[in-house]
Amino acid sequence: MNAHVNPPAAPPNAPVVALRNVHKSFGSLKVLDGVSFSVGRGEVTVLIGRSGSGKSTALRCIDRFETIDGGEIEVCGRRVDDAGLDVRALRQDVGIVFQSYNLFPHLTIEENITLAPHAVKKVPKAEARALAAKVLAQVGLEEKLHAYPEQLSGGQQQRAAIARSLAMQPKVMLFDEVTSALDPELTGEVLKVIEALAADGMTMVLVTHEMSFARGIADQVVFMHKGKVHEAGPAGILSSPSTPELAQFVGTGF
Amino acid sequence: MGLVLDFSVVLDRWQALLDGATLTLQLAIIAVVCGATIGVFGAIGRRGGNVLVERLCGAYVEAIRNTPLLVQIFLVYFGLSSLGLQFSAFTVAAVALTINVGAYTTEIMRAGFDSIHKGQIEAAEGLGLSKAQIYWHVIIWPGIERVYPALTSQFVLLMLASSVTSQISAEELTAVANYIQSETYRSFETYIVVALIYVALSFIMRFGFWLLGLALFPRRRRLGTPL
Ligand SMILES: Nc1ncnc2c1ncn2[C@@H]1O[C@H](COP(=O)(O)OP(=O)(O)O)[C@@H](O)[C@H]1O
Ligand SMILES: [Mg+2]
Repeated sequence: MNAHVNPPAAPPNAPVVALRNVHKSFGSLKVLDGVSFSVGRGEVTVLIGRSGSGKSTALRCIDRFETIDGGEIEVCGRRVDDAGLDVRALRQDVGIVFQSYNLFPHLTIEENITLAPHAVKKVPKAEARALAAKVLAQVGLEEKLHAYPEQLSGGQQQRAAIARSLAMQPKVMLFDEVTSALDPELTGEVLKVIEALAADGMTMVLVTHEMSFARGIADQVVFMHKGKVHEAGPAGILSSPSTPELAQFVGTGF
Repeated sequence: MGLVLDFSVVLDRWQALLDGATLTLQLAIIAVVCGATIGVFGAIGRRGGNVLVERLCGAYVEAIRNTPLLVQIFLVYFGLSSLGLQFSAFTVAAVALTINVGAYTTEIMRAGFDSIHKGQIEAAEGLGLSKAQIYWHVIIWPGIERVYPALTSQFVLLMLASSVTSQISAEELTAVANYIQSETYRSFETYIVVALIYVALSFIMRFGFWLLGLALFPRRRRLGTPL
């Protein structure tokens, strides 16, 4: 057990996220059945698949919201499956954004963003506020600093939630269907923010149903089916799938 | 039969009434502050993980909710004196009222904390906040804001219920009333006046909690919408 030792300096081209033969069940329901994929620094991996195929679970396992039953997960040099993992340290390296933005409703956008840097990383208040202004500008919401979440549209709230994650300066970002709760006309502004992050070199794993977006942003597409990685490869597999299941999936859009 | 009311002899004793009312407010404030603190910890205890703590907090709440306040007061009063501990009636009253309101507050706060959506807590966990930080920033304050009206009612109720501490001769408003009416034989008038003073105290408390709410919940102050 080397649980409380800092993660060893990873070799420069080691994957930021690696799942190796990951198994996970909820009771008798097998949700992940030997899932493996890895994400290199600056790469964007898009998880696609039918509802219930285990995409969210895979993402949640990466950030230790679920513990796995078998296999290995490595994130930023840390073994996530290690029982002695420093979960809070892991979560400083990993940003996660959910479908329901989950901004804290009683705090202003600025307070939402400064909370974690100040409380967790002990960033002084003034510095945290400067950071908030910076990340809000990054998502195009600089004028909403002092607004409350309920005063924002869904798309703006989701962008603010992304900014809140960015303020922790994570090494990898996880996005779980972040546009699924939004009206179609609002998805674009959120996807643009994610594209800008990708262009900036952020390492990301994202779950999405927006196929044209996936095609444009993915370095790697992982198609999940019945808890397994059924097909994986570059974005091109969306145009020329080699399994009938993926062909059917992209054919129907879902 | 004409009803002849004479308030003068009662109102002549305004100083005693004022002292009684002050004591009633003091009792209420002490019990509210201590009871609210107990309520926060009680609610955390009832929610959080440890079975023994959960049971203990649950037993406390049930014991208080299923016994009369007056009996609780006597239990504290005679319990302390049987241990050879002598406290003033005021102290005993304050302790008993605190224990009582602490239990009700535990239940109300628990409802407030339980109303915080799981997604809020996961978002905070995802940002790396510790359990204590999550409680403080994400559960306790918004949880209290949600149940603030219920807490206010409970606290006003407690102030009114403090009248039963007159039974152990804490010299709060009702005890003062008892003694004025026995001196003046103007019972009806005395209790009319005292009832009106209680109404005034209730308004003062509600106003105080309204002000406190403005201070504690800036979002509410600015937007005026419930959380
Ligand atoms: N906490 C949980 N408890 C029990 N079953 C769950 C839980 N989370 C997910 N599941 C089940 O696991 C399966 C995969 O879910 P999920 O990973 O959310 O799929 P996806 O994100 O691909 O739609 C679903 O059948 C879902 O009902
Ligand atoms: Mg999902």
